[in-house]
Amino acid sequence: MSAGHTILLILALPVAGALGIALAGRIGANLREAVTLVCATALAVIVWGLLPEIMSGERPSFTLAEVVPGIDIAFRVEPLGMLFAALASGLWIVNSIYSIGYMRGNRETKQTQFYAFFAIALAATMGIAFADNLFTLFLFYELLTLSTYPLVSHKGDTKTLRSARVYLGVLLTTSIALLLPAIIWTYFAAGSGNFTSGGILAGKLEGPAVGLLLGLFVFGIGKAAVMPVHRWLPAAMVAPTPVSALLHAVAVVKAGVFAITKVVIYIFGIDFLASESSGNWMLYVAAFTIIAASVVALQQQNLKRLLAYSTIAQLSYVVMAAAILKPLAEIGAALHMVAHAFGKITLFFAAGAIYTAAKKTEIHQLRGIGRRMPWTMAAFTIGALSMIGVPPTGGFVSKWYILAGAFDAGSYIAVATIVISTALNAAYFLPIVYLAWFARETSTPANDHGEAPLAAVLALTITAALTLAFFFFHQPVLELATQIFRGAP
Amino acid sequence: MSSWSNHLPALQVIVPMLTAPLVLLLRPSGLAWAATTIASALAFAVAIALTIGVLDGQSFSYLMGAWPAPYGIELGVDAFSALVLLVVTGASTVALLAGRESLNLEIDAHRQPMFYAAWLLALAGLSGIPVSADAFNIFVFMEISALASYVLIAGGPDRRALPAVFKYLLMGTIGATFYLIGIGLIYLMTGTLNLADMELRIHEVADLKPILVAAGFITIGLALKAAVFPLHVWLPNAYAYAPNAVTVFLAACSTKVALYLLLRFDFFVFQPNLAGHDVQFAYFLMPLAALAILIGSSVALLESNLKRLLAYSSIAQVGYILLGASFVSLSGLTASVLHIFNHALAKGTLFLAVACLTTRCSGLRLENISGAARSMPWTMAAFVVAGLSLIGIPGTAGFISKWYLILAALNEGTVGIVLVGVIVVSSLMAVVYIWRVVEAAYFGDAEAGGAAHREAPPALLAVTWIAALANLYFGLSPSLPLALSTSAAETLMRHVP
Repeated sequence: MSAGHTILLILALPVAGALGIALAGRIGANLREAVTLVCATALAVIVWGLLPEIMSGERPSFTLAEVVPGIDIAFRVEPLGMLFAALASGLWIVNSIYSIGYMRGNRETKQTQFYAFFAIALAATMGIAFADNLFTLFLFYELLTLSTYPLVSHKGDTKTLRSARVYLGVLLTTSIALLLPAIIWTYFAAGSGNFTSGGILAGKLEGPAVGLLLGLFVFGIGKAAVMPVHRWLPAAMVAPTPVSALLHAVAVVKAGVFAITKVVIYIFGIDFLASESSGNWMLYVAAFTIIAASVVALQQQNLKRLLAYSTIAQLSYVVMAAAILKPLAEIGAALHMVAHAFGKITLFFAAGAIYTAAKKTEIHQLRGIGRRMPWTMAAFTIGALSMIGVPPTGGFVSKWYILAGAFDAGSYIAVATIVISTALNAAYFLPIVYLAWFARETSTPANDHGEAPLAAVLALTITAALTLAFFFFHQPVLELATQIFRGAP
Repeated sequence: MSSWSNHLPALQVIVPMLTAPLVLLLRPSGLAWAATTIASALAFAVAIALTIGVLDGQSFSYLMGAWPAPYGIELGVDAFSALVLLVVTGASTVALLAGRESLNLEIDAHRQPMFYAAWLLALAGLSGIPVSADAFNIFVFMEISALASYVLIAGGPDRRALPAVFKYLLMGTIGATFYLIGIGLIYLMTGTLNLADMELRIHEVADLKPILVAAGFITIGLALKAAVFPLHVWLPNAYAYAPNAVTVFLAACSTKVALYLLLRFDFFVFQPNLAGHDVQFAYFLMPLAALAILIGSSVALLESNLKRLLAYSSIAQVGYILLGASFVSLSGLTASVLHIFNHALAKGTLFLAVACLTTRCSGLRLENISGAARSMPWTMAAFVVAGLSLIGIPGTAGFISKWYLILAALNEGTVGIVLVGVIVVSSLMAVVYIWRVVEAAYFGDAEAGGAAHREAPPALLAVTWIAALANLYFGLSPSLPLALSTSAAETLMRHVP
């Protein structure tokens, strides 16, 4: 099978899976979940199967259709996209295991719809990861927004709908009003929108126009949640926790920062952007978002909302790393996408497990819960340490590279931001860890609960282990990320 | 060339026209509907056959009664007319297939045969205009379609349709009269009614002043018919109070046919013969187009009746079509002709979704459809798809024509950049007015809305979804309309000196 067909298969498989899930849902819950797991595993196997080829420097590509002359629906697997696709498809398996525990444990309604749209969202994610041009990227970006809407509004009550409205409104408006004009502008300025090593805009634009176009991209890609277009992310927390975990800690938000990184590296080109002072603001906006989101996180009482604001801050790490415009920092950006994904999905899994077992959502309720749910809280602690960047967790590795890049660029603002935000991260995560392990329960809870269902605990143990493992075994990821600047285009 | 395919241009008109009196005789209304639908589907098939022929490079010319042109009446079909024929017959067929149930609700059973006969006459008239190569013949078809449309619009139970149709009748008659005066002047100076012959004969005319006056009359007359701003006042109420199926049919094609004629007449007869006409044409229509786009969209922003909202959006869309044409360039005309097709798709689908909503909601104000998406998820999903197409989101048909329009505008220098601004701003306004509907239907309070807890009738919904999927299909694979519109633009530009 040629590489082109593999790409097509990767895109089609989750869609076929969604159909299979819809059909199997009529027969029985077990069959439906089996279809989900099989589909997720098959997808991961195929995606991971592409790895050796990419490592050896090949860049398989595939053009699905030429819509009009100059605009194609085309895909190409390059290191950054490979990394993103491998991450999302791999975690989909773990997340599916977790979903089974969570959705059954909470007796959620409309489960078939839930699994089906989840699969479609994954197809859209794969499309984003492998898109070879801005047009294709945009198509799948919008598909991802639309396919996650039913997941976010899953509960369907008035409060949920109000949040879902913010979610859909912010993401659609920013993408149509800012991203789409940016894409059209790029096509007209550069004559194409293909992701090309070294960028395509050098010599085509200059002066303030560069900064303006960059602004349209950075704020137009609302999924990256750079302030002030971050409000949709806390709003999205009304979704069932598996959605928050895989989509709003990994697939959707990473699609945002992935797109920004790709635009910076392959559309502007880091050398070109470094030579134009009008693009400098991106670093400051990202730095501001990191600090501001961390400060807001400090004040949160609801665990999932706290995690959401933490995500906003962590996403801007990636944006800031991309904005440092040094290869080391871009590699740090890629590493951070992975490290943060492992850590944050663990944290969300833990939050969902707590909700399932104890029906607790607020931080002050967590006193002494570590004794009732040792596995969950151990995983939570590992995730929290990774967010802070303490060795031996994955968060340390990526922060190290970003810091190295910042020093390389002489950007002390970036260095200072990382230092301050590390302190802030510690300030909002460590009290939770302390409460859970060392405080005493004030009263015995009504239901004398233990751990969450086995599937949920299994999933969060796996991701916590991955968080630790990433500290020791990040070499392959590093090699892949290095290829962005070394490998042939 | 096989002999039967020569007769296709004539069949295009004859099929609906001869079925019309037959339908009158079919008393059980189900039969009348079936006969009308079959005739319309046959007409659609003829249009498809013509399109295939045109794409093969065949040119259709049919001499009525075998009298040679320019003395006899000539029918002709090229890429431009084929595209318009597809839109007209397609819209009619889709509206009929979808509209059975809603028409049963809106029109008394004993009046239905007459209603369907009027429908077929409107179809015959609207498809007669694109196939005719003769100016007076076109006038006759124009009147047939107009008179039949008045009947269709007034045919529903809504009494507000009567003043609306009276306004339409007045304006339509003025438009037709202006057109007739124009042809009269040209006939006076050239002695011919055949469009191709006119182009040649005007060369021989010494005094061009009457031709200039004729150009004015014809342009204004057709602009009235096409609802070009500021001559659009008849349109919103006529669309809003007509039966839903009629709105689907007419909104998709009636103004398009007038625009077709406006372009064809202007480019075939006046552009080659009047010195500096291209500049006058551009300077006259470009500002009107820009104003139509901005004002149509702004009014749509404020409108809270769903059908009127979409009607004002149509006025803006007519502006887009005219804007492309006003560049008098190959790329501009391509965009313009393409938008005729794509807008018909988007707006047709939107009105189909509205027809779905009507079957279950108490009214069509935004508060009436509050929360409707919960009980009618499929209807609203189709509405969203068509709405995205109307806005011009990549992946939908609307994007393709906007892309070409921007491409064409950028060739126009500084003015072009301003016009790109106009296009972008009005697309953003479209985002807002489509969002207002989405907001009401998805996030509104279901208790406050009058929606019954049921999805629309399956037949209606199926047709709506076919139309919605067509928006996606032609957004990802636009080669068919693109080939037709490129060829149409080339034909038109060949007449510009």
